[in-house]
Amino acid sequence: MAARSLRCRECEAEYELEAKYVCERCFGPLEVSYERPEILDVDGLRRRIQAGPQNIWRYADFLPLAAPPGPSARLASRAGLPAGCTPLVRADRLAERLGLREVWVKNDSANPTHSFKDRVVTVAAARARELGFETLACASTGNLANATAATGAALGLETYVFIPSDLEEQKILATGVYGTNLVKVRGNYDDVNRLCTELSGERDWAFVNVNMRPYYAEGSKTVAYEVAEQLGWRTPDRVVAPIASGSLFTKIAKGFQEFSDLGLIEGDQPRMNGAQATGCSPVATAYAEGQDYCRPVRPTGIAKSLAIGSPADGPYALDAARKSGGGIDAVDDDEIRAGIRLLAETTGIFTETAGGVTTATLAKLAARGDIAPDERVVLVITGDGLKTLDAVRDTFTAHEIDASFDQFVEQVEGGVRV
Amino acid sequence: MAVTVKLPTQLRAAAGGQATAQVQGATVGEALESLFSEHGELRDRLMQDGDLRRFVNVYLDDEDVRTLDGLATPVREGGQLTILPAVAGG
Repeated sequence: MAARSLRCRECEAEYELEAKYVCERCFGPLEVSYERPEILDVDGLRRRIQAGPQNIWRYADFLPLAAPPGPSARLASRAGLPAGCTPLVRADRLAERLGLREVWVKNDSANPTHSFKDRVVTVAAARARELGFETLACASTGNLANATAATGAALGLETYVFIPSDLEEQKILATGVYGTNLVKVRGNYDDVNRLCTELSGERDWAFVNVNMRPYYAEGSKTVAYEVAEQLGWRTPDRVVAPIASGSLFTKIAKGFQEFSDLGLIEGDQPRMNGAQATGCSPVATAYAEGQDYCRPVRPTGIAKSLAIGSPADGPYALDAARKSGGGIDAVDDDEIRAGIRLLAETTGIFTETAGGVTTATLAKLAARGDIAPDERVVLVITGDGLKTLDAVRDTFTAHEIDASFDQFVEQVEGGVRV
Repeated sequence: MAVTVKLPTQLRAAAGGQATAQVQGATVGEALESLFSEHGELRDRLMQDGDLRRFVNVYLDDEDVRTLDGLATPVREGGQLTILPAVAGG
């Protein structure tokens, strides 16, 4: 499935496979288009995938690169950080708590820098190298900052990472450690994004989510490829995933569609349910109002990794939710904290605020009776709770005692006596 | 009002290669009309059915005009409009 061109999603104008993200005719987003292969041997193709490396390069045939990176196509895990092939965990205790039959957690916090962003950066960085770039850059709400800085370190590329100055400390520390040029911009993510959009026209850098965005976005398809492979080459009935720019959400739907079109997987396309925080819910609002356009908002609230007030792929996320028979919901900060606790207590997976949004949205769908009893549901957990520790601070108490048996019996087992 | 418009790289060829343009107008919409009267090709690239195309962002002194009054947003003397593609980020 070789990449053929960049094509405008709005007016279908075509461009070479360069570092370009905007249609010059109508400003629409460019997306990679592929040669449609003649697949005669589906079993052979499945075996080829299964024999590939334990990372996203097992799907290199469906990603927009001239050649998979690394010393050879089949040893690609040696190139850069090995993103992907994260666990799909059956979450029976979570399902039981929510009154559902079958829930699976796609735990993308198991990526090298603990979020799904390693997938997209890996693809963008590989393509950037093919195009001859020596510097990677990004506009980030935190997870992308970690991934870009780390991938740059692994590949020996210089990096410039732009973040809002009020980002969670854990995300700042887990970026700076890789030796990047870290730029804290006084403003919100949309301000950072505007600056980077301007800079990308003036610097010869590969901004992974600006001029490299068509390649970057394709990396998110691998979430769907993996889920389908892990379920035994089948689609789930429903996917619940977070929406910030809407890119991940849209590309998960695209990934399932591509594998179905190739005959690699069985089952209907899953219903796509999007999750936003009420502190920044332009896509959920547009969904509720029946609009096909998202009015920009000023983000507030604890879910900073989803705090994109002007979501680039908002219209396409709306389309994916509606077309699939899913929906888009928003949950508030208390629900997000409860979602983090619910996932932790029932699965042993500690997620960041974005995962709290997604889990709380699943709980909301279940409580509302939107999920049929026989459905197989996949919850996409995109990031690690260690990155947003403030969200769980002071939500539990610990017993503090001397190293004394008596104190343990009295104060822990017998309740605290002062 | 005299207003400066900053053009993204994607539009510069249609504006004689320049990165900025000096225009006149009391609102964002009037300033853009003034820009189009100089560089007619830009109208189709930026506008559709009398409004901004959905993937075009216009900032007035760093504020997205969609969060203000859109094309009706008043501009001040010496203000700055920045036109940028909307599809970045995330």
